[in-house]
Amino acid sequence: MKQARRRREHALAYGLLAPALVVFALFVFFPLFKNVYLGFFKNPPFPGLPKKYVGFDQYRDVLTSRDFLESLKTTALFALLTVPVGIALGLGLAVVAHQQLKGIGIYRTIFSSTVATSVAVAAVIFGTLLSPQVGLLPWLGLTTEPPILQNTSWALVAVAVTTVWQTLGLTFILMSAGLQSVPDDLLEAARVDGAGAWSRFWHVTLPLMSPTIFFAVVVGTIFAFQTFGQIDLLTQGGPLKKTNVLTYFIYTTLRNQSDPGKAAVLAVALFFFTMLLALAQIRLLERRVSYER
Amino acid sequence: MGRVALEHVSKRFDDVTAVDDLTLDIADEEFLVLLGPSGCGKSTALRMIAGLEEPSEGTITIGDRVVNDVEAKDRDIAMVFQSYALYPHMTVRRNIEFPLRSRRIAAEERKHLVDDAAASLGLEDLLDRKPGQLSGGQRQRVALARAIVRRPQAFLMDEPLSNLDAKLRVQTRAELVELQRRLAATVVYVTHDQVEAMTMGHRIAILERGVLQQVGAPQEVYARPANLFVARFIGSPPMNTVTGRVVADGEGLAAELPGGRVPLAAPLAAAVAAANLDAVVVGMRPEDLRLADPAAPTHGVDATVSVIESLGHERHVVCRLDDGQLVIVRQGAHEPVPGEMAGVRLVVDAVHVFDPTSGARVGG
Repeated sequence: MKQARRRREHALAYGLLAPALVVFALFVFFPLFKNVYLGFFKNPPFPGLPKKYVGFDQYRDVLTSRDFLESLKTTALFALLTVPVGIALGLGLAVVAHQQLKGIGIYRTIFSSTVATSVAVAAVIFGTLLSPQVGLLPWLGLTTEPPILQNTSWALVAVAVTTVWQTLGLTFILMSAGLQSVPDDLLEAARVDGAGAWSRFWHVTLPLMSPTIFFAVVVGTIFAFQTFGQIDLLTQGGPLKKTNVLTYFIYTTLRNQSDPGKAAVLAVALFFFTMLLALAQIRLLERRVSYER
Repeated sequence: MGRVALEHVSKRFDDVTAVDDLTLDIADEEFLVLLGPSGCGKSTALRMIAGLEEPSEGTITIGDRVVNDVEAKDRDIAMVFQSYALYPHMTVRRNIEFPLRSRRIAAEERKHLVDDAAASLGLEDLLDRKPGQLSGGQRQRVALARAIVRRPQAFLMDEPLSNLDAKLRVQTRAELVELQRRLAATVVYVTHDQVEAMTMGHRIAILERGVLQQVGAPQEVYARPANLFVARFIGSPPMNTVTGRVVADGEGLAAELPGGRVPLAAPLAAAVAAANLDAVVVGMRPEDLRLADPAAPTHGVDATVSVIESLGHERHVVCRLDDGQLVIVRQGAHEPVPGEMAGVRLVVDAVHVFDPTSGARVGG
């Protein structure tokens, strides 16, 4: 009796899990393993020749190559340029928009409007702004020689600014929600306890928002590691590969060099880096995050 | 410590008047309770004293200075919130220390003051815990410790006991009174619980719809409620109030209630006559009523016993008048109920009389 019931319950559990498992297997697990497998084969230098099984040799060669290490550095730098700045700006705007003022709704709408802007639109806007021929910024005298998007020192910064701008709406909404979760009576208690506006923000608001900020850091970093659109539209990885982030590197390897084996190795590397980053952040930050009330 | 005074203070939110022309003078070292049902404006009044709300009109004085334009953080008051409002990410020590840190008190003195406050509330062993690890009663103590750690002009307390269980509430009530006496503190205490008000306050201020109804010592408010609202709000079980016509009764006057007459004593009768009232609301405290046999030749109101609620040391006999109104009689646990649950006569030993239109007390 008892066993029969348990078997029925197990059958039901697996039955309910099955659709999700099928989707995951088809679209996540299979491509992942296929990718790892593809990395074992070296592509021929000329099309038409058979590809050759080389085992982990290709992994070693690609992952120690100068191009890969440079690309990894660029990606990390890009994340560093976008995530902290984006969160600080989003939080600042959220704090400003949190005031009980007349017409504040208009500002909230403006601040969150970039949510409705796609990467392509953002890239086109900034491409135009920065264009040496018609751009507003060069017209204002804010330009470099060579022009910003072709400048080895500034191209990555320009793409980062575009990205920060494009994701600002989402960060703003996220930070606003986090701000609303800070109970009013705690801020009132701090006021009565003699804390000024800055002290209240630093000692009460910010610590209580740490779960939100933590979430934004993790998701923001993962997004930064997967950036593609704005690179493709603004710089195509140039100048001199200074904006050649990992995803773009994978794309050009596959498309321009027609080298699926090498691209697979890079994709696996990206996957592991993203996973490692997420795990490290969770472990590092979790200790400093206070969730309990 | 200092006095707290409100002069003609009003607070309007759009078209709702939360507090209407409130004037209250709270003396130095006084324990004043702001009492009223929810939504009566008592919390708003407290928040205006704290500086968390701005009065629409009137002036608020703490100590010797008018604080209308002084920010909450500079008013030199401490507040205990209903939710306790402890900072969840700080240890108990950091919580208690927070008002001192805000005022840039040196580390050594800070430690000394925190240890003192913690010791006086029995929190020594909990200083390294976070609020999430504490029970409700312990959190309440931490909130108190955070308030007493410095010597502010006044303590403001917003229903600080309402989140505690009944037993702990009674215990904490007494401890709060002791604490107030020991610190010689000025306390403004908001509650909707008339038992808390009666047991703790030096004076009680009763608010209803933003309007102050009566201020006075607990016994005075109980014995001579200024109007029907206060009469019904103070006392448990509450005062019975029954409307009756004023009729001639021999030499004097009586109130004709369903089922019998209640004679009015001479001075009261004179006041009723002077006010030219046809009808009055007769207020009878449950302990001022006695049960008698309906056959007994006494004045009284005939009623039937509906329910007897026994509390162990006393009984509440719920009686129904002829027209169905309920009247509660409080009696000792062993007094007999005449008539075997059936007909009884209610003998009235003392009455309060109110004007049925204005609700105001009639007579002295």
